[in-house]
Order: sequence, then structure tokens, then C-alpha cells
Amino acid sequence: MKSAVVVFPGSNCDRDLAVALEQITGRKANMVWHKEPELPEGTDFIGIPGGFSYGDYLRSGAMAARSPVMRAVKDAAARGVPVIGICNGFQVLTEAGLLPGALMRNARLSFVCREVPLRVENSQSLFTANYETGETVTFPVAHHDGNYQADPETLDRLEDEGRVAFRYLEDCNGSARAIAGILNDTGNVLGLMPHPERVVEPAHGGTDGRRLFEGLLETVNA
Amino acid sequence: MKARVFITLKKGVLDPQGKAIHHALEGLGFSGVNDVRAGKLIELDLAEGTSDADIEDMCCKLLANTVIENFRVERLETA
Repeated sequence: MKSAVVVFPGSNCDRDLAVALEQITGRKANMVWHKEPELPEGTDFIGIPGGFSYGDYLRSGAMAARSPVMRAVKDAAARGVPVIGICNGFQVLTEAGLLPGALMRNARLSFVCREVPLRVENSQSLFTANYETGETVTFPVAHHDGNYQADPETLDRLEDEGRVAFRYLEDCNGSARAIAGILNDTGNVLGLMPHPERVVEPAHGGTDGRRLFEGLLETVNA
Repeated sequence: MKARVFITLKKGVLDPQGKAIHHALEGLGFSGVNDVRAGKLIELDLAEGTSDADIEDMCCKLLANTVIENFRVERLETA
């Protein structure tokens, strides 16, 4: 699997994601600066990392979503290349229109930084194939704007189409229907606030995130 | 030519910031406040001849997230 990790000014989980990907895929990820108009030839997985791109100016992810590299990301996503957006990456994907809804300020206004139990709602996706539906996993969260909101019709559609990938098992940030992660309508784009790349080796205190990347690797290499 | 863009949260969208401001006002003893909604004001200094459609395009493509926000444009006479 040939991974690309997009780097914006203010990204700060890009290295975490690259380390996890290299460890799991056995291949170094290409770090792609936001001004690049193209992704490296043969890229078959794209990661949009966490952080505070452009200092969260205007709205979290708003500036990053309009940067040159995102046009290439949109084209790749339309061709079916898997794209994951973690934390700020999820915000970027909603701002770019690759995922529906928006991520607003946490309902209690405070930054949340802790481990949160999640339920895997759909194990049929590219990203969740190595989990069981209904399984509980624990990922860390660290965000200020993770309160997922969309209109009721969009929320119903996400639920009906099995596009809610992960749901919080305890109140975290006020997200509508406790949504922690969603898929696009073709299932190749996942956005989630929790950080699977921060729980991939025992030294992290947990390895629940590892299977996300392993499952993806198996599917992409199949 | 100048224009002001007022960006507000859509009706029904929870505004935790507005709620916190409301709470703080009550804490200061202001009792007659029914509700508070916080928004943004963006001032644009524009080339003469910039059309309403151009400004609307700017709002839709970047300044406002129309999933959750409304916008209103006010043109100002150049002093």
C-alpha cells in the first residue's frame, strides 16, 4: 500500500499517522505538502491528519479544505482511493464537501483530551473490516471542535445506509446521535474525531487502532 | 468599495458560545436577556465593480459554511 499523508501548516499528527502507517504497511508514507497540486503517482491510500491547520482560522478545516492538494484528494476519492480524515482531517473532509455535516464547538465548550469507548457500528467498510459490528474499542480523543451536526434528513440517511462507522459510548462533545465517525456514500472516505493512529502499539497503552490500518491494508492489497 | 458580511448560525443550530455569553450576562446581573447567538463579521475591501454575485460566491465557497451558517451582505458607501 502506497500511502500519502497530507501536511498543512499547523498539522501536528502527521508524523503519528506516518509512523503508524510505516509500522503496519512496511512502507514509508509520502508526506505531501498542501501546496502540491498532485499526489505521488500510484498513491492508493490518503491520510488527512489531525492538528490545527491554519490555526483553525475562520472555521476548523476551512482553509485547508480549499488548498491546492485537496483538489487532487477529491479526484482520488472520486476514483475510489481510500481516504481517512482523523480529527482535524475529519473537519477538513466535511469542509471540502467529501463528507456531509459539520463539526462544531464541543457542546460544553471545553477541549476534550482523554480515552473514549466507541462502538463499531459497521464492520463492512474498508476501514472496519477487522472489527466486529457492535464491538467496543477505545481510542483517544483530543479536540475542541468535535461536535458533529447535520440536518435530521442527513442523519437519518447516514444511519439507514450504514454510514455511521463509530459511535461514542459516553457523552464526549455533544455530537448528534453520538456520532464519532462517518463514511461517504461510496464507503471509501472515513472521517472520525478519535485517533486510531495513537493506539497501534502496546507502548501507547492500547492497540485498538491497529486493526483499522491492518484491515485497510488487506483490502487494498487484495 | 467596502462590504460587510454577517455570518450567523442557522436557526436551531446549537450555539454553545452564545449560551455561555448569555450565562455570563446573567452572572453580571443583566436579567432581561432572553437569548444570545454569537456570529462573525467579516469586512471586505473590494475593487470597484465587484458584483453582488461575486460576493455571494465568496460567501458560499469560503466565508460561510452553509451547512450550519447563514450570511447577509451589506455594502457600504465609500467615504
